[in-house]
Amino acid sequence: MTPKTIFSAVLAVSSLALGAGGALAQDMTSACLITKTDTNPFFVKMKEGATAKAEELGIELKSYAGRIDGDHEGQVAAVEACIADGAKGILITASDTKAIVDALQPARDAGILVIALDTPLDPIDAADATFATDNFAAGELIGKWAAATMGDAAADARIAMLDLAISQPSVGVLRDQGFLQGFGVELGDPARWGDEEDPRIVGHEVTAGNEEGGLTAMEALLAKDPDINVVYTINEPAAAGAYEALKAVGREADTLIVSVDGGCPGVQNVQDGIIGATSQQYPLLMASLGVKAIAAFAADGTMPAATEGKDFTDTGVALVTDKPVDGVESIDTAEGMDKCWG
Amino acid sequence: MANEPKSASGYEEGLKGASETVASFDESGRMLKKIHHWLHQTPSAVPMIVLIVAVIIFALLSDNFFRATTISTIMQQIAIVGIIGCAQSLVILTAGIDLSVGAIAVFSSVLMGQFTFRYGIPAPAAIALGLACGAAMGAINGFLIARLKLPPFIVTLGTWQIFLAANFIFSANETIRSREIGEQAPALQFWGNSIEPGGVKVLYAVFLMIALVALMAYVLRQTAWGRHIYALGDDAEAAQLSGVRTTRMLIQVYTLAGLFCAIAGWVMIGRFGSVSPTASTGQLGNIQSITAVVIGGISLFGGRGSIVGMFFGAMIVGVFEMGLRLVGTDPQWTFFLIGVLIIFAVAVDQWIRKVSS
Repeated sequence: MTPKTIFSAVLAVSSLALGAGGALAQDMTSACLITKTDTNPFFVKMKEGATAKAEELGIELKSYAGRIDGDHEGQVAAVEACIADGAKGILITASDTKAIVDALQPARDAGILVIALDTPLDPIDAADATFATDNFAAGELIGKWAAATMGDAAADARIAMLDLAISQPSVGVLRDQGFLQGFGVELGDPARWGDEEDPRIVGHEVTAGNEEGGLTAMEALLAKDPDINVVYTINEPAAAGAYEALKAVGREADTLIVSVDGGCPGVQNVQDGIIGATSQQYPLLMASLGVKAIAAFAADGTMPAATEGKDFTDTGVALVTDKPVDGVESIDTAEGMDKCWG
Repeated sequence: MANEPKSASGYEEGLKGASETVASFDESGRMLKKIHHWLHQTPSAVPMIVLIVAVIIFALLSDNFFRATTISTIMQQIAIVGIIGCAQSLVILTAGIDLSVGAIAVFSSVLMGQFTFRYGIPAPAAIALGLACGAAMGAINGFLIARLKLPPFIVTLGTWQIFLAANFIFSANETIRSREIGEQAPALQFWGNSIEPGGVKVLYAVFLMIALVALMAYVLRQTAWGRHIYALGDDAEAAQLSGVRTTRMLIQVYTLAGLFCAIAGWVMIGRFGSVSPTASTGQLGNIQSITAVVIGGISLFGGRGSIVGMFFGAMIVGVFEMGLRLVGTDPQWTFFLIGVLIIFAVAVDQWIRKVSS
């Protein structure tokens, strides 16, 4: 064998292999899931839901995540990888809802279906569809519940607001404003928190959505006003932190804590009376619906439709509490535990 | 010739007529020199003054600030950073840096929690194991830095990621709830207990932090081992030539730093109640501790500064955070002012070095 024949043989074999590889890739619809982090249990569950559905429908799913909550660059790099990879659809939970729009436009131009999960983009039509909890409604539920539970005392409530971050991401603003509206506080601009003039609000502090932040924030607000008796929290880890701060000053029994999320440790905290009520959301459902929509789009170009009367697909929310009140629909913690995540 | 000199009969005679004043330095700029000398002798003076000024300003701005309960809250908020700061101080005094301190603390707390709840090890044993694991993580840093001669910044940049990722993988991002710990393993929450003199709650964690700072201040000033750390940080080669076993010292310093971080991890459980692998300390503990160290007047170039200064540095940050919150300013002002302070602190450090050399 001359070097030339060896060379052509190698060439032939490798082109065959390449061809086969290409054919395989074409057979399988591929999709991307980009979450804020892959360490938050909410996103861990979302990834599980998406992976299970993708396996069932024969879709190749690749998962990406920012390194920390707020890692916008990491998400942009992931979007670019998905475009380069020839994905059919992108499911994204955006860290920066405004800035990610520019990175997603080339993907949509390339004919990729872009679906926002959990966090609506800004503007919301920057994605082809949004599968999310109605976060405002989730906040409103706990606000109504808290007001009804306090009864007449609600008129002189001392309210602590434990929010997500000072950048005011949409999910945090919606829950905060929903709670205040449900509680009966007059809102300023519903697109931001902190501009309300109701004297019942002691203050807003940010928690980064974890125990440590919830604890420190609650301590600061208690230093401002030791008579706080209602605590809104962005999520259940922040609520757990706030509870520790209240316990430290012996105020845990006469203070009402409400939250949003419905994670398993959170629902258990409702069961134990640490949290009064929480609004449960369904990340598994969001993710599986998203994967299903990509499969339908890949098959015949079907676009996902929004829930009637809303500009997104509402994946539902339920109030979890063992102390139901009249006029606010709720499920008990046993049912909440069945549906919890994380 | 009446003035013809006679040969001197003794030394004293030869001195006749000479100036009797003792040799002295030029006295110009005496005040500045005195201040400078004092600052040189007392590296914790600058942060102490800043701290007192900050407390006075915030006490004037907010009625709620200068109260025993607020001050004790600030102390408990800096307990963890103060203990991690002890670790960071030791390392920085050797002219090193440890970026993995926060990750070691969080991972150690997760190990203590999971040893207890996943493997059913009794809490005291789980705590001891967790402390040992923290020290082992520090020893890994020390080995890579001292034996393989890799730069501390690079080594701990790497181990920060490794320990943090191991923490997430090992814990599967599971949080152990406060209630379960309180019922089944209260020893884990030991440092969250408190005494209440006159109705003011003071966490055990605060006493622990103060005790550790005092202990390390004594060790660094009064023991040969402590003085060797300064010598090592000031000039490693000179220290080695004068008989300090620098390699062994470095490994000991990083191991001890790891142990301090693990203690901080134990304190975290007490303070937060729960065990959470996503605690912000894992991502920010290194920056917070370095901030306390630098504002506290410990030189990033090694060999200068005191651990008491670090304690004041941590206090300053805590006072700023609480004070600005009570005054009601945008939280970004906290970071703004801390940034100004860091640069101020480094400038003071450079000034003291320049005049003294």
